[in-house]
Amino acid sequence: MMGRTIFIDPGRCIGCQACVSACRECDSHRGKSMIHLDYTDEGHSVASLPTVCMHCEDPVAPCAEVCPADAILVTADGVVQQADTTRCIGCSNCVNACPFGVPKIDLQAKLQMKCNLCYDRTAYGLAPMCATVCPTGALFYGTVEELQAERPGVQVADTFVFGETEVRTGVAMVVPAERVQWPVPGGLPVVEINGKDVRR
Amino acid sequence: MTADPRAAADRRTFIPLDPSLAPPGTRAFRDAGGIPADQWHADQNGETLVPTHCCFCGVQCGMYLRVDRGGKVFGVEPRNHDINRMRLCPKGINAYQQVNHPDRLTAPLMRRSRDEEFREVSWEEALDFTVSEIKRIQQTHGNDAFGLLGGASLFSEKTYLVGKFARVALKTRHVDYNGRLCMVSAAGANKLAFGIDRAGNPFSDILLTDCLLIAGSNVGECFPVMTQYVWGARDRGASLIVIDPRETAIARTADIHVALKPGTDSAFFTSVLHVVIEEGLTDENYLAAHATGWEEVKAKAAEYPPSRAAAICGIPAEQIVQVARTFARAPRAMAWHARGIEHHSQGVENCLTVINLCTATGHIGKPGAGYGTITGQGNGQGGREHGQKSDLLPGGRSIMNEEHRRQICEIWGIEESELPAAGTSMMEMVWQMQRREIRGLIGICNNPFVSLPNYQVVKEGYDTTEFHAQFDFFLSETAANAHVVFPVTTWAEDEGVMANAEARVVKHNKAQDPPPGVRTDTWAMCELARRLGAGDKFDFPDSRSVFDELRVASAGTVNDYYGITYERLEETGGIAWPCPTTDHPGTPRLFEDGKTYHPDGKIHLQVVEWHPPMDPYDDEHPMSLTTGRTVAHFLSGNQTRRLGALVEQTPRPWAEVHPSHGFRNGEPVRVVTRRGSEVFPALVTEAIRPDTVFIPYHWPVPTAANALTIDALDPRSKIPEYKVCACRIEHAERIDEVPAPPVAPGHVAYPETQVSRTDPLPPTAPQGRGTSERS
Repeated sequence: MMGRTIFIDPGRCIGCQACVSACRECDSHRGKSMIHLDYTDEGHSVASLPTVCMHCEDPVAPCAEVCPADAILVTADGVVQQADTTRCIGCSNCVNACPFGVPKIDLQAKLQMKCNLCYDRTAYGLAPMCATVCPTGALFYGTVEELQAERPGVQVADTFVFGETEVRTGVAMVVPAERVQWPVPGGLPVVEINGKDVRR
Repeated sequence: MTADPRAAADRRTFIPLDPSLAPPGTRAFRDAGGIPADQWHADQNGETLVPTHCCFCGVQCGMYLRVDRGGKVFGVEPRNHDINRMRLCPKGINAYQQVNHPDRLTAPLMRRSRDEEFREVSWEEALDFTVSEIKRIQQTHGNDAFGLLGGASLFSEKTYLVGKFARVALKTRHVDYNGRLCMVSAAGANKLAFGIDRAGNPFSDILLTDCLLIAGSNVGECFPVMTQYVWGARDRGASLIVIDPRETAIARTADIHVALKPGTDSAFFTSVLHVVIEEGLTDENYLAAHATGWEEVKAKAAEYPPSRAAAICGIPAEQIVQVARTFARAPRAMAWHARGIEHHSQGVENCLTVINLCTATGHIGKPGAGYGTITGQGNGQGGREHGQKSDLLPGGRSIMNEEHRRQICEIWGIEESELPAAGTSMMEMVWQMQRREIRGLIGICNNPFVSLPNYQVVKEGYDTTEFHAQFDFFLSETAANAHVVFPVTTWAEDEGVMANAEARVVKHNKAQDPPPGVRTDTWAMCELARRLGAGDKFDFPDSRSVFDELRVASAGTVNDYYGITYERLEETGGIAWPCPTTDHPGTPRLFEDGKTYHPDGKIHLQVVEWHPPMDPYDDEHPMSLTTGRTVAHFLSGNQTRRLGALVEQTPRPWAEVHPSHGFRNGEPVRVVTRRGSEVFPALVTEAIRPDTVFIPYHWPVPTAANALTIDALDPRSKIPEYKVCACRIEHAERIDEVPAPPVAPGHVAYPETQVSRTDPLPPTAPQGRGTSERS
């Protein structure tokens, strides 16, 4: 986990998509949102959860690990940047490698795009746009101490397991204090393959 | 993040682009201290940040509008204002896109009859035609044959002008506003019980409470930024009770969610009071000292044991007991409600039962304990304080009160005999149009074709008028039916004040000049008044001059704005009225001294008897239809249905139904009421009662929830019963298409507003909450 990072608390999320809209306003990818908002229990509950880039640390982010062009660079403070436009070849390796389904490819431009923790803002001491506007604090930016000061008794996790693979992330997830599971089981049930809803 | 809810309001801080300007360890702009500046601070890119507030709901979040070197608004930046502390919702984030939108009206549109097409004309011609029509109608049929309908998204200065314009220039008694559809039930109840019409506590009190009761309010979608206060309270261990037929985002994690049948709220709250009395949890000392009518209320509550109320409300009786104990035993408890309990033919009574409960448990007028109502529109609170409502004069004065009439006539410089009597409410005015009692109308900042119930009646009423003019910045569905449309400014092109849900008056600042051809509503109203021969009473070059008169007009009343000045608002970030003197800090929390605004200083408790909704259930119509809002859109959608991001988020309405009816997600479902039937995609979810259907109402026909709703009114507040009518659902063949928003001639509809009509619903249905059968 980085020093200052985003903490995601799905329990607080109201699915309003303020983060999605705010992400569009970011000057580094204006008009395109890099946030995914998922409904985790459709039809049974309005539960929702925002996914920002998790800025994996294990030992280097999977997307950066598989990039054949070395386009995805990681800064000293652990932020996994979006692909360097001079290097990216739009091959989608990173899209397939990311266990959280974060990067997006602009097929026309043959470029990858993803959340870079609002580097244009955090470099100047501002919080990322999504965590700044989030009405409920489902996205919180700060240190774990600041989070705990504000929300007594909060528990966070930064390790996720996908099948056999454990991934440590720079962005952390708030987990239910009474049912701390470590590492957190990653991924959602498969609902769609090649655009087809496979639940039917 | 500052944990202190009483953090000081920002003082025009700006983003330090040079990191050396930010204090060490700064995590965010909110802590950056900033530099107070006399002018808006322009950064090195030539970008300017103008501090203002959102134009949408009653929370009135602070925001900065980003203005480029050419003086055009092009973006938004979060602002550390006391109300929202940097938070914004998707509507607020995208609001700036209205300002330079290609659909903006930039020239008056005019036609002499509804058979013709609109043509763009000069302001001169449009004003002259309007004035000649006003004179023709009033000379033939009397002054009251011409009506004026205002809006609660207007700045308070403009709402003051609407009331004054109607009574002094038009000399008609028919003036009302769309806040009539918003929270007049709460207003009526507050007046009856407390003698003052506003929420009792500020939002920051929510952070101090031990038990928060939210009734009939989908806070997560309609007032998203308020949820930070709800969560702040819960972080401290407060319990949350939500009363709503749907399991909304805020109800999902509540300690108690009471999913009662629409239209049964007063039975529920009276029964909760019954349990509180039975278990000896009332605060008898408080009641004896501060309330009247308690014995009668107590006797009525005895008639509503939980077993009876549970049958009426369709909930387990244990929940009533649970709510009563949780609320009454909490050291500090608060109740907030919104349209869910107000949009009823017994809206005032519903609110009164909540007040009765708060008073009986002594939860009034203390930090973290009290009663509040959440205004829907940005200026829902201020919009009715300054004479826009048919029965009110500025300062919340009554138009029926001799003394009040005299005071206002003195300020306006007219004879008391010239001041018209009370008018009728918005829906009643539409009925009068149908009956040709009102033959001409000017609408300012409203869109009744989408927002009033029983669309057929509304359309007929408007079609019957001989002359109809609208003020708007987009061609709304209502404006598309008018003879004259005046292109006026958006909120970012003028300055003025609004009062938010806490009755905190905040100032909006001008971020850019209006496009050529666009004038302010103030200018247009004064110009019309001048041509009607009342120019000397309407010498207002700008908002500030109107505000100065408004301050004087409200001085000494309950709604006292006299101590509020533009300079003070800019300095403090907002002042809650009453504020009688320029050194008065304002009144964020009411009744702290235990006194209400009635002459006896007591809370007047009222006896309430529950009765069924006005639209009876039968075998043909066994279910309840309820309507409401969705997070991406605002009221009639005129402002939000043209913004790409919001259209993408929620492109079309849906009908939320329970899985027990056998519909699959996205399937066409026909919703039938006694007023009509329409087909929507089904959103199948367990988060709604099996006997209830929910449709969001932001779209026009043929996808309008309000083509199905009933135009029954509350006898006291005249609010329509949007929240419950009888309906049935059937399988259908084809989903009704969402029409593109109207545009002026020669304009091409903004491509992003063209929702694909043929695509199947995206895999995640409207809010991504629907289901298909699970294996």
